[in-house]
Amino acid sequence: MTAPVTTPATAAADAADDGRGELDEAVGAVVRAAADEPFRVGDHTFTSRLMVGTGKFGSHQVMRDALVASGAEIVTVALRRVDLDRAGEGDILDFVPPGVALLPNTSGAVSAEEAHRLARLGRAATGTSLVKLEVTPDPRTLAPDPVETLRAAELLVADGFTVLPYCPADPVLCRRLEEAGCATVMPLGSWIGSNRGLRTRDALEAIIDSAGVPVVVDAGIGVPSDAAEAMEIGAAAVLVNTAIAVATDPVAMARAFALATVAGRLGYLAGRGAVGPATRAEASSPLTGFLSGLPTAPAAP
Amino acid sequence: MSTPPGQFSRVLATLDLPGLARAGERADDAAVRAVLDRHRGGGRLTLADLAVLLSPAATARLEELATAARAATLARFGRAVRLFAPLYVSNACLSSCTYCGFAKGLPVVRRTLSVDEAEAEARLLADRGFRHVLLVSGEHRIEVSADYLAAVVERLRPMFPAISIETQTWSDDTYARLVAAGLLGAVHYQETYDRARYREVHVAGWKRDFDRRLSSFERAAAAGVRRLGLGVLLGLAVDWRADVLALAAHASFLSRRYWRTEVTAALPRIRPNAAGFPPVVEVDDAEFVQIHAALRLYEPDLDLSLSTREPPAMRDGLVRIAVTTMSAGSSTEPGGYSRPGAAGEQFTISDERPPAEIAAMLVAAGYDPVWKDAFPLVAT
Repeated sequence: MTAPVTTPATAAADAADDGRGELDEAVGAVVRAAADEPFRVGDHTFTSRLMVGTGKFGSHQVMRDALVASGAEIVTVALRRVDLDRAGEGDILDFVPPGVALLPNTSGAVSAEEAHRLARLGRAATGTSLVKLEVTPDPRTLAPDPVETLRAAELLVADGFTVLPYCPADPVLCRRLEEAGCATVMPLGSWIGSNRGLRTRDALEAIIDSAGVPVVVDAGIGVPSDAAEAMEIGAAAVLVNTAIAVATDPVAMARAFALATVAGRLGYLAGRGAVGPATRAEASSPLTGFLSGLPTAPAAP
Repeated sequence: MSTPPGQFSRVLATLDLPGLARAGERADDAAVRAVLDRHRGGGRLTLADLAVLLSPAATARLEELATAARAATLARFGRAVRLFAPLYVSNACLSSCTYCGFAKGLPVVRRTLSVDEAEAEARLLADRGFRHVLLVSGEHRIEVSADYLAAVVERLRPMFPAISIETQTWSDDTYARLVAAGLLGAVHYQETYDRARYREVHVAGWKRDFDRRLSSFERAAAAGVRRLGLGVLLGLAVDWRADVLALAAHASFLSRRYWRTEVTAALPRIRPNAAGFPPVVEVDDAEFVQIHAALRLYEPDLDLSLSTREPPAMRDGLVRIAVTTMSAGSSTEPGGYSRPGAAGEQFTISDERPPAEIAAMLVAAGYDPVWKDAFPLVAT
């Protein structure tokens, strides 16, 4: 399969130049200079490491503008919101910018079988075999069901899907999902839509440390610095929806997330220094640096 | 599922809701501020807190309450409002409820749609954009039998990924059968949670049994019904605050016990109808807004639904504060979408704007009108 590696989305943002085009250009130059490897999902490769969702926006047009501003190359859409009878007449899919990879999700499914059936409907409707697996039987936390998610992953992989599962931040479950053949794992930072940031940070670090597939931190990322934090600890990508959709200015927030994701990634690639103890400083100038300035001691007789 | 029916009935018996409502009514401004502060601090509100938010003292802080509710609604539901249409399949009724335009014995033209006629009505609604339909009927076990409802649900399933019913309550077997046919949700308003008042207004028929109705959601949820619709009819019982508290307690109970279900609630005010029933208490407009905002803060996940009983200004206002689901362009008589005026209506609607106009209002207010928010639960 071919994947979009250029972003007409970004080009469109440049076209609607309000002074931001130059900023995008500068960010792009920094990213290229970092010689970062592409973000791989199955057979697909991407430059952007920010994935965005399409729920909760006030209008499809605002959603589209925010998607463009985010520079995202992967956009997830809830299949329960897609209405094929309205294709071309204002359905949500009509507002996904061209050249952006569509990642249908199974939001609303409460069991492995439902997720499988929904994924098949989605593949038939959109032509992509990418699927973001969501099995969330509890409508209050929308917490992923670990048992059904693993079962669904096995069903979907066997059926030829490229599976990106939304899952609890559990290192063992993430390994099991990887063994089941998932293309990524997508552990949660905190509850969907809560904007509470990386409450599962310790578990995320353990997952990233052991994973053999890209780890995408999904859910709970509330502000750009949360996205940067996830990228700094080595996440391959982040997925953001609510934080952009319910911002006062979703388009500006989308841009902020684009920058933060890049900044966090560059920070990770640059290799951070060790974390010192809370009780003392480590001087930036070595305390014994003066030794090299002293005259050489006379040789012992 | 393991829960025996009738559990909430026992919970309700342990709650002194009129007492809570009275204590709440006496709340002063400091108490209201304390509850609002607790909410802002991220704390969960208790029923006693909700009673304070329903008090006259809280009416004086309505703008503050509405602002907090709006933030909670946006955080949980985003800028999206779900739309649905009621489809009245029958106004035949064997129950005598003093407030209802369908009550047995009232001189209204009775009609039950055939399955074909229901499909024709449904097609008009689908053409208008709806993908969630609520099948409404009176309580008539022969004309609107389980067989009939299952047949209608099955017929409409290819057109509607979301189908709910607002009918009499059913046995667990029937709920399971309707779920297998493609049913998503069930709406059964308790009308009032005050047992004495309930018996006064439900004079005869199936609906007279308070406990059977109260336990219906436990049977429905156990049988796999995903969305449970609670409701009180404001104006039926004098102590409306106690009814709102009971509804809130019921919603909390169901969402904890049946954690896979989504709970939705509606609190309609009595409208003119053939029954000519005068409300025993007037819930004024400010109080009506207060109820919705307070419920949002008490139960942030609760879907709040608002019908066309309310006038456009109220609907447009509440959608910015707490309401997350709306009907639009409704007809409340069987067959009323194809042939208006041929049968008796349940009540007179106040917001007569067609669905496209409601959608345009939502867009103008910065909200996404969501027509489709479900997928077929059974393969078609």
